[in-house]
Amino acid sequence: MSDPIITVDDLTMGWGDVNLLENTSFTIDRGEVFAILGGSGCGKSTLLRYLTGLDEPKGGTITIDGIGKPTLEVGRPSYGVMFQSGALFGSMTVGENVALALNQWTRLPADAIDAIVRAKLRLVGLQGYEHHTPSEISGGMKKRAAIARAMALEPNLLFLDEPSAGLDPVSAVELDELILTMSQGLGLTVVIVTHELESIFKVAARCIMLDKVTKRIIASGDPRKLRDESKDPRVHNFFNRTTESA
Amino acid sequence: MTAAQISSTHPGFDVELVESEGLVEVRLSGTLTFVDASSLWDELQARITPKMPEAVRFDLSAVESIDGGTMALLVQTKWDLQTEGGTCDFVGATGHVQKILDLYEGDAKPNKRPKQKARSAIAQLGQATADSFYEVQLVLAFLGRMILAIGGVIRRPSTGNWREIAPLMNRTGADAVPIVLLINFLIGFVMGFQSAVQLKQFGANIYVADLVGLSITRELGPLMTAIIVCGRSGAAFAAELGTMKVSEEVDALRTMGFGPWRYLVIPRMLALVLVMPILTLLADLVGICGGLLVGILSLDLTITAYLNETRNALHMWDIFQGLIKSGVFGFAVGLIACQQGLATSGGAEGVGRRTTAAVVTSLFALILIDAGFTMLFYVLHL
Ligand SMILES: Nc1ncnc2c1ncn2[C@@H]1O[C@H](COP(=O)(O)OP(=O)(O)OP(=O)(O)O)[C@@H](O)[C@H]1O
Ligand SMILES: [Mg+2]
Repeated sequence: MSDPIITVDDLTMGWGDVNLLENTSFTIDRGEVFAILGGSGCGKSTLLRYLTGLDEPKGGTITIDGIGKPTLEVGRPSYGVMFQSGALFGSMTVGENVALALNQWTRLPADAIDAIVRAKLRLVGLQGYEHHTPSEISGGMKKRAAIARAMALEPNLLFLDEPSAGLDPVSAVELDELILTMSQGLGLTVVIVTHELESIFKVAARCIMLDKVTKRIIASGDPRKLRDESKDPRVHNFFNRTTESA
Repeated sequence: MTAAQISSTHPGFDVELVESEGLVEVRLSGTLTFVDASSLWDELQARITPKMPEAVRFDLSAVESIDGGTMALLVQTKWDLQTEGGTCDFVGATGHVQKILDLYEGDAKPNKRPKQKARSAIAQLGQATADSFYEVQLVLAFLGRMILAIGGVIRRPSTGNWREIAPLMNRTGADAVPIVLLINFLIGFVMGFQSAVQLKQFGANIYVADLVGLSITRELGPLMTAIIVCGRSGAAFAAELGTMKVSEEVDALRTMGFGPWRYLVIPRMLALVLVMPILTLLADLVGICGGLLVGILSLDLTITAYLNETRNALHMWDIFQGLIKSGVFGFAVGLIACQQGLATSGGAEGVGRRTTAAVVTSLFALILIDAGFTMLFYVLHL
């Protein structure tokens, strides 16, 4: 009864001559929160670049249901992406960052767009910051603004690269709630890269763990089950070492 | 059995070298902190040479404490010895010292210092030539993608970034007016002055007007303006797009359904192509004024006589061809600046490098295009 929205088949990815993953296949189901895990530098952000069509696979195929190959054609985007660095447009205010895609791809009048922008910023706790430029807000606030921007067009597929890194615990929990609400209430599919174990256990229905040494997925499935049942020391370590320190 | 002993004392620590058959023992004692690192390093370099036949042993038993930086130097000394085939080990470390030793991989395999292989001059020359051909190829590929994007915008005008064009024209055009006026006025003035000295000898004072008028409108006006615009806007575009590229803003734009070509490149190119002829027209005007000033001040010509002569000398085509040229100059500067900007990688240094490259390449392209036009007009008898 699984209903894949993204199918990754035989993917090989890497930079230059170095491969980070080889011949990897997995699927992401519609409406689930799917976590991509793994140590720092193992290629999670790179994988998101492939899934969102920013880079072409070195080998294998990625198919998004209803779209085919992930493309970045000019036009209303079919998904929202939040970059690890935020990647806010430095020459625009926070409000303009969120409004940009709305202005371009909807026919809403300016005051309606303003209302949506304010609502989105309120959702991520940034009410009152519409007129600040990205250089005038803190690192965590940039992250949250980037999330608001990614959600501006109400995509039904959302890619988030470490959305809660650098957030205080309360904001991080609020963000988890937001993600759960969106995915359960609106049927949104969320692909999330995160190191926050609590957040993984709370929001992710399934996860994969990448490993740069073997260039394979070393674990996949329900993160809670993996934590309790995985025999693989690397997986066990990941879930437990960080639990200890958290 | 020979046992030589050398010892030296430093503010924080002591080094004692005990040399016995086939073994040099380095006894360190005291507190080794990073403040003393340079004297420790000098000491080690002076006493221990990588090719020495004896085994080296660091005795750390009397070390009270050591910090990471100093330990790194000891470990590097050991690795240097080992890579040369010597033997070296650490003994006597306890407690905190042992922990630091483990942390800095005192027991690990030598980690060779990376060596950069020097390339021969010919190889470098060849590489540079190949690179520059590759750059030309990239500019052409960029041009191709831009033409595709222009086609796309024409088919779907709503995807163009029209709102940006006016502010861009303001930045590249209006803001450049003072400097364009000043420089071209001075160019006209200098041209007039230089030629006046010569023409006076033949009593051909009035022909200064012809000379200045023609050379400004046909050649110097468009070229000087293009050089100014290249230095101002070409550099600005390259740096701006380069910074957007390295901070992933260009990628973010792509994921939001904006093509970087339509959203960033086309408005910039269009702004330059539109603005250049206007600036050039202004340049022509003030250039002639510069010549006029020379005519009045040092050649005893009247304003009317000078302007009449200029009008007789100039044909519409002289001005027009300058304007055509300037449009092409604007296109070239925009194309190269945007291409360099979007090709940026590698942080702040990359942005600087691409900005430099954008200006240098554009200047080169301007001169080439100018030469091309001159030949073309000559061949066509225009
Ligand atoms: N632009 C690039 N050019 C070359 N190599 C890159 C580039 N970006 C990333 N890499 C390499 O790819 C590897 C994976 O990087 P990536 O950013 O995907 O890691 P990550 O899993 O997201 O790590 P983190 O958890 O720290 O964000 C790294 O080893 C890095 O050196
Ligand atoms: Mg990452």
